[in-house]
Amino acid sequence: MALPITARGYSWTHADRDTPAVGPLDIDIAAGEKVLLLGPSGAGKSTLLHAIAGVLPEESGESSGELLVGGEAPNPRRGGTGLVLQDPDSQVIFSRIGDDVAFGMENLGLPAETIEARIPSSLRAMGLDLPAEHPSAALSGGQKQRLALAGIHAMSPEIIVLDEPTANIDPSSAPGVRDAVLAVQAETQATMLVVEHRVGLWLDHVDRVIVLGRQGILAQGAPSRVFGHPNLSSVLIECGIWVPEAPSLSRDDRTRSLSGSVRTGGEPERSRVLSDRADDRLGEVLLRTEELSVARPRMRAPAVAGLDLSLRAGQALGLVGPNGAGKSTTALTMAGLIPEFAGAVHAEAELRDGLRRTRPFAWPSAQLAPRIGMVFQEPAHQFLASSVAGELELGPRLAGWSSAEITSRVDDLLVSLGLAELSQAHPQSLSGGEKRRLSVAAMMAPRPRVLIVDEPTFGQDALTWAGLVEMFLDALAHGSAVVAVSHDQAFLEAIGADLLDLGDHGGGAATVSADVQVRAGDRGE
Amino acid sequence: MIAVSERLARVRSSPTEAAVPDPGQLIPVMRSTLVVRCNPLTKIGVALILMVGALLSIDLVSAGVVFVFCLLALPATGLDLSAAAKRLWFLPAGALLAAWGTALLAEKTGPVVVDFGPILFTTGSLSAAAAIFLRALALAIPLIVLASTIDPRDLSDALIQHLRLPEVVVVSVLAASRLLGLLVSEWQVLSMARRARGVAGGSLLRRTHSLFSGVFVLLVVSIRRATTLAMAMEGRAFGRPGRTWRRRSHFGIRDLVVVLISLAVCALAIVAAHLLGTWNPIIG
Repeated sequence: MALPITARGYSWTHADRDTPAVGPLDIDIAAGEKVLLLGPSGAGKSTLLHAIAGVLPEESGESSGELLVGGEAPNPRRGGTGLVLQDPDSQVIFSRIGDDVAFGMENLGLPAETIEARIPSSLRAMGLDLPAEHPSAALSGGQKQRLALAGIHAMSPEIIVLDEPTANIDPSSAPGVRDAVLAVQAETQATMLVVEHRVGLWLDHVDRVIVLGRQGILAQGAPSRVFGHPNLSSVLIECGIWVPEAPSLSRDDRTRSLSGSVRTGGEPERSRVLSDRADDRLGEVLLRTEELSVARPRMRAPAVAGLDLSLRAGQALGLVGPNGAGKSTTALTMAGLIPEFAGAVHAEAELRDGLRRTRPFAWPSAQLAPRIGMVFQEPAHQFLASSVAGELELGPRLAGWSSAEITSRVDDLLVSLGLAELSQAHPQSLSGGEKRRLSVAAMMAPRPRVLIVDEPTFGQDALTWAGLVEMFLDALAHGSAVVAVSHDQAFLEAIGADLLDLGDHGGGAATVSADVQVRAGDRGE
Repeated sequence: MIAVSERLARVRSSPTEAAVPDPGQLIPVMRSTLVVRCNPLTKIGVALILMVGALLSIDLVSAGVVFVFCLLALPATGLDLSAAAKRLWFLPAGALLAAWGTALLAEKTGPVVVDFGPILFTTGSLSAAAAIFLRALALAIPLIVLASTIDPRDLSDALIQHLRLPEVVVVSVLAASRLLGLLVSEWQVLSMARRARGVAGGSLLRRTHSLFSGVFVLLVVSIRRATTLAMAMEGRAFGRPGRTWRRRSHFGIRDLVVVLISLAVCALAIVAAHLLGTWNPIIG
């Protein structure tokens, strides 16, 4: 039985902020309705989902107004809610995946036979074809997200609340995961709320779109009405929501129209310059791998083997492939942060810039940072300063820049990433998307020659996304090379990346796709 | 375009499809043996019984019996012994160190074996040292087997279903213990991140400073992670009355067999020490 959700003047304020994180809002969601919740990065979408699921910790803030689920205050113990959070790493509960899927069903008091029967079917439904005894610590980020979804799938809840459920899932399998979620919804007729930046993925499958702004609801209604309304499109663009003008239109085209309309100065057509760039206009080789095999420390078998590639100045390389293919491990190895399993990573003279050793892993930290920058999958790990501005100053200061240079660099970065208002905030207090942008900017600040980034566009709306793309294009134009682990194809296209598919275990031959550059070229015409 | 494919030559598949080891495990379990399949409470019981056999008296015979039994039984535990040797080499080394200290400080009875300045070993002090060495290992081996073969989840099932411990507490502790294990990998990522930002290494002062800021970030990240985990658990109806259990924890014949064997070894150790006149109780 599905439950309706109503809010009357509801708002919630973090204990350490003056303005509410969400609201005040009035919402009426009917029982069984499927709702897509949109809004700019930092508008409180996650907070609202947590409130509806009834899991906002009471001591961390204050609510006002009224929020009712099925006529009562939200209470997860009633047992009807299935919640999947943004951070896949933190929601693994048990050390074996079978137990993890069983957790919700056990809490609901289902008989053991039912639980046993549902575990394999739920795992399969989310595309996680692994034995129930598989250790959860050995899963990749995307696989953990599937595991959390499988746990919800198994519970068949009355309310399904999903915070970016496909953000860490490779694009080719995202529709499959979405369909599995929709199948659960269809089966249970549950009320469903989804926050998702891949708007196109859900748009045709939801009954209503709610656009959340920083001061409450900006627009709501059927998808066709919200996206078809002429007066609303500017609102949506301002919020950085991808406007699906036509189904065939790629996300990248939308950015282009965005940068045309929103960005007044700048160089909106830089991407064309990039795509015109012939191979011989790439710079010299910076980083080279030789028969490289990579593995996490203490693992006995390599995740990826026999990698031979060279990275040239101005070149972007996208590492793609399904969840668990070894993309992050490859990135960390190339960044000189974990030792090679076999083979070697060599820095060429241009990148070494006076250093004697060629293996980045052998470099001291102070020499590594100004040469190879790395952005981790989990941004919170990288923050060292107590303010956003301090975080951005750190790299250039260590690299010995003058204070005038530092100030101008930091100001530029703050503006282009939309973090200017938050320059004095503590990095750990930012929203997921803001943290992600800050971690990218902090790494880029001292202009390292090689940038290695793991899912740099996670949790971004169209505006902040375009800001990130601009930063990467700028770095490429300055002769840096970029290695990006990303499921965001539009991003890889926008920075003109050559693709390397690590999941393609079939042939053993070249798996580099060059058509990305071709498409990037087409775009300018 | 050809240049592109030349530059990025090839990727081969990962060669093996081996069973995935749990990164959180102390020593990987290679085979599922009788001992591995025992109820966790049985394993704890066996470890306690063997400890009694080795602990009650400081002598070569009782410790030796338990130690020899542990060695002989090692293959039955299904543990990866080479990995154990690699990761736990410091245990015999530590035991040897303790034995060295004992040989130096124990009562010097019996004929002198070594007399080299301040170093004076007699047969009496050497046998006490050997007893300490064997005892330490006889205590350590069952504990290692315990720690490596007990799945925490099985243990919590057993604690709740047989010992009737409160389930909310046990499950919370279980989930929290997984986070504790994550702290290690979290620290590794943090160290990598500090290295990538250029603040690792350098002078002692800088290292200390960066260590403290690292610990602070670890604290922040852990608290956030714990809060998120609590939310995720609540979000899946944790704390609702009437929880059921996926698995029944039960005892079988094998549990009885294993307990009886360990009791026999314990008795043998004590009786043998009495018969050979080496019994040297720690109490009284």
